[in-house]
Amino acid sequence: MSDILALAPRFGSNSGQSLTRRDGVAKVTGTATFAADNHPDGLLYAVYVPATIARGTVTHLDVAAAKAHPGVVEVITPENRPPLAGDPDSKPFMFAFRFEALQNNTVRYANQPIALVLAETFEAATEGARLLNPLYDAQQPRMGLDGDAPFTPESGGLGLPGTTVHGDIDAGHAASAQDIDVTYETPEQYHNAMETHAVVAQWNGDHVTLDIPSQAIVMQRGAFGYYFGIPPENVTIRSPYLGGGFGSKAIINGPQILAILAARMTGRPVKLMLSRDQMFGPSGHRGATRQRLRIGIDTDHRMTVLDHNSLATTSTFDTFVESAANASQGLYAAGALRSAHQGVRIDAGTPGPVRAPGEAPGSAALECAMDEMAYKAGIDPLEFRLKNYAETEPGTGKPYSSKALRDCYAQGAARFGWAGRPLAPRQMTDENGMLVGWGMGTALFAAPMFAAQARAVLRPDGTGLVETAASDMGQGAWTALAQIAADSLGLPMDRIEFRSGTSDLPDAGIAGGSAHTATAGGALHAAGTDAIRRLAELATGDPDSPLYGAGNAGVIARDGRLHARDDDTRSESFADIITRAGGAEVEGKGSASRTAEASAAHAMYSHGAVFAEVKVDPDLFQIRVTRLVGAFAAGRIINPKLTESQLMGGMIWGISFALHEEARFDQRTGRIMNADLAGYHIPVNADVSGLEVITVHEDDPHVNPLGIKGVGEIGITGTVGAIGNAIWHATGTRVRHFPIRIPDLLTGA
Amino acid sequence: MNLFDYLRPASVSDAIAAWQPGAAYLGGGTNLVDLMKTGALQPGKVIDIARLPGLDRIESLPDGGTRIGALVKNSVLAGDPDFAAAFPMIAEALASGASGQLRNAATLGGNLMQRTRCVYFQDPHSACNRRESGNGCGALGGDTQNHAVLGWNDACIATNPSDLCVPLAALDAVVETQGPNGRRDIAFADFHRLPGDTPERETALEPGELILAVRLSSNAAASYQNSRYLKLRERTSFAFALVSAAAALQLKDGRITEARLAIGGVAAKPWRVPAAEALMLGQPPDTDLFRRAAAVALEDATPSGNNGYKIDLARRIAARSLALAAAGTPTRMPALPASVFGESAHV
Ligand SMILES: Cc1cc2nc3c(=O)[nH]c(=O)nc-3n(C[C@H](O)[C@H](O)[C@H](O)COP(=O)(O)OP(=O)(O)OC[C@H]3O[C@@H](n4cnc5c(N)ncnc54)[C@H](O)[C@@H]3O)c2cc1C
Ligand code: SF4
Repeated sequence: MSDILALAPRFGSNSGQSLTRRDGVAKVTGTATFAADNHPDGLLYAVYVPATIARGTVTHLDVAAAKAHPGVVEVITPENRPPLAGDPDSKPFMFAFRFEALQNNTVRYANQPIALVLAETFEAATEGARLLNPLYDAQQPRMGLDGDAPFTPESGGLGLPGTTVHGDIDAGHAASAQDIDVTYETPEQYHNAMETHAVVAQWNGDHVTLDIPSQAIVMQRGAFGYYFGIPPENVTIRSPYLGGGFGSKAIINGPQILAILAARMTGRPVKLMLSRDQMFGPSGHRGATRQRLRIGIDTDHRMTVLDHNSLATTSTFDTFVESAANASQGLYAAGALRSAHQGVRIDAGTPGPVRAPGEAPGSAALECAMDEMAYKAGIDPLEFRLKNYAETEPGTGKPYSSKALRDCYAQGAARFGWAGRPLAPRQMTDENGMLVGWGMGTALFAAPMFAAQARAVLRPDGTGLVETAASDMGQGAWTALAQIAADSLGLPMDRIEFRSGTSDLPDAGIAGGSAHTATAGGALHAAGTDAIRRLAELATGDPDSPLYGAGNAGVIARDGRLHARDDDTRSESFADIITRAGGAEVEGKGSASRTAEASAAHAMYSHGAVFAEVKVDPDLFQIRVTRLVGAFAAGRIINPKLTESQLMGGMIWGISFALHEEARFDQRTGRIMNADLAGYHIPVNADVSGLEVITVHEDDPHVNPLGIKGVGEIGITGTVGAIGNAIWHATGTRVRHFPIRIPDLLTGA
Repeated sequence: MNLFDYLRPASVSDAIAAWQPGAAYLGGGTNLVDLMKTGALQPGKVIDIARLPGLDRIESLPDGGTRIGALVKNSVLAGDPDFAAAFPMIAEALASGASGQLRNAATLGGNLMQRTRCVYFQDPHSACNRRESGNGCGALGGDTQNHAVLGWNDACIATNPSDLCVPLAALDAVVETQGPNGRRDIAFADFHRLPGDTPERETALEPGELILAVRLSSNAAASYQNSRYLKLRERTSFAFALVSAAAALQLKDGRITEARLAIGGVAAKPWRVPAAEALMLGQPPDTDLFRRAAAVALEDATPSGNNGYKIDLARRIAARSLALAAAGTPTRMPALPASVFGESAHV
């Protein structure tokens, strides 16, 4: 961390500090108001009725029975559903996916909404929903990766990965001295944020206020406005706290639209909150993948070809194909490189972005395949990766904006104690006779930027106000962004007011792609800098100021004062400057985005290396990850504590992916039979023993003015493969699907 | 959830008098309320027994036995030092179940009566003979990874999920009950039922019958130095067993004088096979002997779906738990109870 502190004065004293989350106390004391904590007067409770078939039509709903239940106010079905201005089956803008809002009686997947019940209490609405007792004309659902013939998606846009080829694939295969051809599968996974989707909708004329967890607060105004036929400015979104999002809260779903519609229909505020099992359906998920990887190497262990094909499930009515094969772009210096994608349409909801979309399953398969190749070649897996270290982006030849991956490998390996690992599996045991295995994987995640704006105001009392509509999903945006903002104004944290989380503020861009700190932070930095520039103009142009004549570039802001750059004794406080100038607030505006030229000039990624130790009972095959060391280089670290937590969270997600998470469909009905957290396992504390994160120093002068890359998703990549490889190393059994479970190893025994 | 009447009677007899068809007793509620929320169970009347007086005690009986009231919380029983010393594998089984919060709420009676974790039972939209006799079995031919390999028939392939019940079965506990027809004792072996022709009847309890206590004899405590409960699960904690086993031995002069073995997660009740136990009598403890005993215990096993793995796994865990029992009860509760990753999980 000492490197980071050394950097900090460049921007002031706030960035680089491990400040504790500003929302932490509110959350643990229960005072944080999440969307569903709002109870406006006259509130009606909405509960949606989930389809219990996956394909067919609804033939009957017992509306009379539901309406007769005490407390039930209204039942909305396709028969009486008021019109929407925007068609739920249209795709009018980016991030628009088709959804079900009772446009007809067709069932496209299990758990889709087929009716909405409104009642005076949640209990009455729940019972009303049960009493509807739907009857169906059901058809046999198409399930799984073999559920239908594969198709090649049109490329371009979210969920539409194409085929990317660099070099001559056939020549690469032909030139190989050794090769592997392996196929890995990953299951359907559901986001399952702690806070399920919720909305409290209140109409006032043709203006609607939505308390709703949102990862795209300003952007979603336009989206909601579209479906209700009102301009974006007539939609107010309040999203001060999110209990996790993982991608699902950037995309509109049917139940939310129905609740908002119900509020307009009844003229009363309406609240809807999904139950846990309803999270397994209308709000996206990660599709299953089947990935074939062919790797060829020459006699010097250099990759002649990396050929990655992925087949992923999507829905019958919209396309989101997990871009898993793209994980093989940008990482290893293969002579020829291909990433190809296909989809298969099945009777499930449309997938969507789930934390590390594409990268998570893609990296899992790639890093295991790399391990298989290394073993076949008879060399250490880390050495194999170093052999194929890419100095420029493979295929494109672009220079990296920065790449401290070598340091990640070195520091991670040293901390883990990788040296001396036997190449062959099943060589190590602990004092209890447990099989011990070590595996590793490379972590990689692109460092994109979206577009954001921000506003910064200096007040006559010398304090600052900064605003941008950022989303704090628990990752700590509220804290890290305030640190950047305070630095840009040369103020300590306790002298700025940071406003965020509502749509009447400047657009902070989408909180996704691990780009929120870089994007919103960039805008805040620009806004603060702009405010200071204006303040400096006032001071340096005023003969009464000690800074008179210093020139704009000749002053710096520090601790609430402007100082002459060349003479620290010449200084004046913000308050004095503003007061003497008449007391009007000084406003700065800023924006951030990445130009096309910047994107073209460099390849930009965060990197990392993950090392895993697992223990496996030699007879009973229960598996436990006993150590995980991840070393990550992600540009400038604004808040080491938050960064470490994000990376740890990602690595724990990796354990989850490797050993636990899986939606289990009943193939006959198309329904998910483990749609609750008792059955859909994620790790518990006892599953996470030795977890260590190292942040490796990295200066990046190109990625953006602040030098920030992202840390939100990269922790998953590398980790899954490292665990899979460690299990193989412990047992000698190579399991080529996730999650890896006891029966898989038992069969191999 | 449906509307229902809620009652909190003052005494056991009031509770029983209040019972009528369609009513349910409420203990800690950790199982019943979940099932009411999914709609799998819809009692018209909920009789809250959690505060009935006198049922929350752990008593030593004049004959050397132990009597545990039906309302003793799972965490209290597991944490009682005298009880844990006498019946270490029961304490370990309890401590390995669910989570801390759930164990603080869950009662002894509720644990004995907890319903199967068959997901088709929990889901009111699936057919299930247990929820409604003659309805059909939704699990058969579906996702059956957690289902039975012993004692099942086409009417029902569910397993009993309780950890606690496995050592109770091994130790021949007795269930004390009171019902509309008075009080009686039920041997643990008769308490849970295999599906047979009446899959909807999971236990020997008659309608309205209430569990008052569970009794353990002094002989059940005699194996305290050589007993062990072991549980295989996909997470290190907070997961039901795929398979589990409770083993208790008495040893004299290097030979086994009494052997008890019950296997969990394989049938609608904890599985005990007298022949497997008899085979060990008079023999010196030995891995090979334990393997043979385990093989006999699983002799009749057949998969009821995609769960054949359980047969092999159950054999392995039975043999391991016997070996661990022979090696001696751990001197204190392992940090990861009943886990192969706990201390003293190896021989
Ligand atoms: C997420 C989760 C994980 C779990 N994991 C495990 C695990 O790993 N291992 C394990 O063994 N268990 C596990 N459990 C189950 C838990 O042990 C049971 O829910 C608990 O023991 C039930 O006790 P209770 O007092 O809450 O019962 P309740 O929910 O109150 O009642 C359960 C049933 O028993 C009946 N009943 C209650 N008391 C009596 C009585 N005195 N006489 C007659 N009938 C009665 C009720 O009518 C009801 O049918 C888990 C539960 C959950 C929710
Ligand atoms: S296995 Fe038993 S509990 Fe499960 S669905 Fe079939 S009958 Fe019901």
